[in-house]
Amino acid sequence: MSGADQSKIKRRQFLAGAAAAPAVAAVALNGSPARAQAASVPAVPNAAGEVNPPGEATPLPEGYTCGSDHMVDVLKALDIEYIASNPASTFRSLQESIINYGGNSKPEFLTALHEDSAVHYGIGYARITGKPMAALVHGVVGLQHATMAIYNAFADQTPVYVIAGNSISEWTRRPGAESAHASIDQAQMVRDFVKWDEQPPSLRDFSNAAARCYQAAVTGSPGPTLLVADADHQEEAVHPEHMEQLHVPRMGRITKVGADSGVVQEIADMLCNAENPVIVVDRFGTSMESVPLLVELAEALQAPVIDTRGRMNFPNKHPLNHTEIAGPTLRAADLVLALEARDLFGMVNNLADTVERNAVSRLRPQTRVVRLGTTTLSQRSNYGASQRYAAADIEISASAEATLPYLTEAVKRGAKASFRTRGERLRMATSGLAEATRVEAARAWEASPISTARLAAELWDQIKNDEYTIATECQFQSYWPNRLWTMNHYYNYLGTSGGFGVGYNAPSAVGAALANRALGRLTIGIVGDGDYMMQPGVIWTAAHHQIPILMIIHNNRGYHQETMHIQRMAARHNRGIDRAHIGTAINEPNIDYAAVAKGMGVFAEGPVSNPVDLGPALRRALDVVRRGEPALVDVVTQPR
Amino acid sequence: MSARTISIVFGALALFTGSASAQTAPAGNADHGGQLFVAVGCYQCHGYVGQGGAAGPMIAPPLAFEAFELQLRTPRQVMPPYSADVLPARDAADIYAYLLTIPASPDPDSIPLLQGE
Repeated sequence: MSGADQSKIKRRQFLAGAAAAPAVAAVALNGSPARAQAASVPAVPNAAGEVNPPGEATPLPEGYTCGSDHMVDVLKALDIEYIASNPASTFRSLQESIINYGGNSKPEFLTALHEDSAVHYGIGYARITGKPMAALVHGVVGLQHATMAIYNAFADQTPVYVIAGNSISEWTRRPGAESAHASIDQAQMVRDFVKWDEQPPSLRDFSNAAARCYQAAVTGSPGPTLLVADADHQEEAVHPEHMEQLHVPRMGRITKVGADSGVVQEIADMLCNAENPVIVVDRFGTSMESVPLLVELAEALQAPVIDTRGRMNFPNKHPLNHTEIAGPTLRAADLVLALEARDLFGMVNNLADTVERNAVSRLRPQTRVVRLGTTTLSQRSNYGASQRYAAADIEISASAEATLPYLTEAVKRGAKASFRTRGERLRMATSGLAEATRVEAARAWEASPISTARLAAELWDQIKNDEYTIATECQFQSYWPNRLWTMNHYYNYLGTSGGFGVGYNAPSAVGAALANRALGRLTIGIVGDGDYMMQPGVIWTAAHHQIPILMIIHNNRGYHQETMHIQRMAARHNRGIDRAHIGTAINEPNIDYAAVAKGMGVFAEGPVSNPVDLGPALRRALDVVRRGEPALVDVVTQPR
Repeated sequence: MSARTISIVFGALALFTGSASAQTAPAGNADHGGQLFVAVGCYQCHGYVGQGGAAGPMIAPPLAFEAFELQLRTPRQVMPPYSADVLPARDAADIYAYLLTIPASPDPDSIPLLQGE
């Protein structure tokens, strides 16, 4: 056979014997008896009495490589450290290449028990590292599973590199279920909430497509991207002469986009001339450089900062942190600088869940607003990022982090003597906050269920000397970690899910813990019980891969948010006000989260409902985590 | 309006209407009130002991009964209304009686974990 004839031996030729000899057992590449036909593809008769067994797996000819080996070369060039996946047939060749040809290192395969978990791991990982990891999902049904997590990543401007298997040709698909897992345009189901998608038409096209997907994920406004890796390309036998055509892409250094110098000076002048400038910040704290940059600007300007906690943006105990008194601070503002604000409307308006839905501005009519950030670079018309349209007086589509050094220098050049007086007044306004917080935290201190303030305080007592991350949303615990703990670094708190899709917290926390493991940081997740039960298997993944994390179940025995919604409707409808637990409570029986976790090989305690028992339970769990393993504590808590 | 601001409003209302007083409130069954407090969902926003949180302000100790009833029937902000049809006056009195029995919060100075760094 000539080299040209050998050059593109398709997968179907390996399986050519299958249809002709259904009784012949398949032989694996290493000569040992083949595995039984995969459970995911049950034998389906094409006609009555006819069954397609696994085909004969013919070894690659000498010197040939497979397409998926090249794909691994590409992933290594992109510096993908981990690839999380629930295994599946549409990427069987790629998985084999990852674990064998690639040595299961960069990328390392992370076993996920659900594709949604796989993508959420990537969200938490990227919040810590600033770079994407990969999630590998099965064709169609695997991507369907992953869609909510992809949406969360999109809504929160977090890069995740999603690869989906596919088998586009009906002539080369495996028999049985694979036809239901194949699509002509698989990205269609997520196109509105990924930054970029490609389905390369050939193996040769794979590398550039992969590079573009990576580039799109991390440039401008970061976000998820989708690369479809067809099974034919993965399993394609590549002649050595054609290896030269399969190049590995080079990735250059990618920088953030800053605002132009003219508008920087204009904003600086506005800030310096304002009597009461206020900085409101949402998703700014994403790197080690970011928080110090904002501190420098705020101190140069002597302006208060309101942190909407989309990230950890500003040291929580800094005297210029006016988050807890945001209402009066915004009311007094004559100029608002909004940094990385995805929902500008929500930042400057109060909109209550009342029948009328009347919005009340938090600002005076004459107050001007400047928005600086990358949010406008990733907006899509089909999915709302903002509650309503809100116009800024100046809209700057640029990275706030890249712009701030120049803005601060311009502010320093225009600084006025009056700034000092303003700063003293602002510090005075926050001088009593610490005491007010203590008084509030003391309420329900001895209560059972345990107060969220007590939970936060007990935790802080044991982690205050650690480099730590609380990797879960804290609004459901009334932000007690943000109010009681000391937060100075971006990694102390990772913000919200973005799309507010339930089931985000536990897997994202595990992803953050994965990144923190290499950095020696302690990772904590406080996860609502309903949220946790969406994907309880993530704790198994943490155990399997030795990812240390303290997972605390904020166990208020219900989908508490929805309980309140039903309560609201019952009160409005004047009926059934004592029936809001129907369809919202998670009790009768109570779930024993510790038992579930122990069943997955994880140290666990609980349910803890007596506050006196909480500290010791946390200590025992943290001992385990500090040894490098996950631990779970089920804490029966107050609703919020 | 944040829960903190709502607490400030409640405080002002208390100053205007007078602080909680068992003598001005109708007689109520505190035990039954405690059951109702959970059954009709008060705890969901205000916590099991009326301590408040992100979803609702502190309500223990409560305002004067008149202010409490006013907020219950025609609430300000996002609290859903509880009309007399679904929560009769007798039940409102019982809930109020329950709130009066909730002990005061401890002094934070007596709590080692709240002493700061």
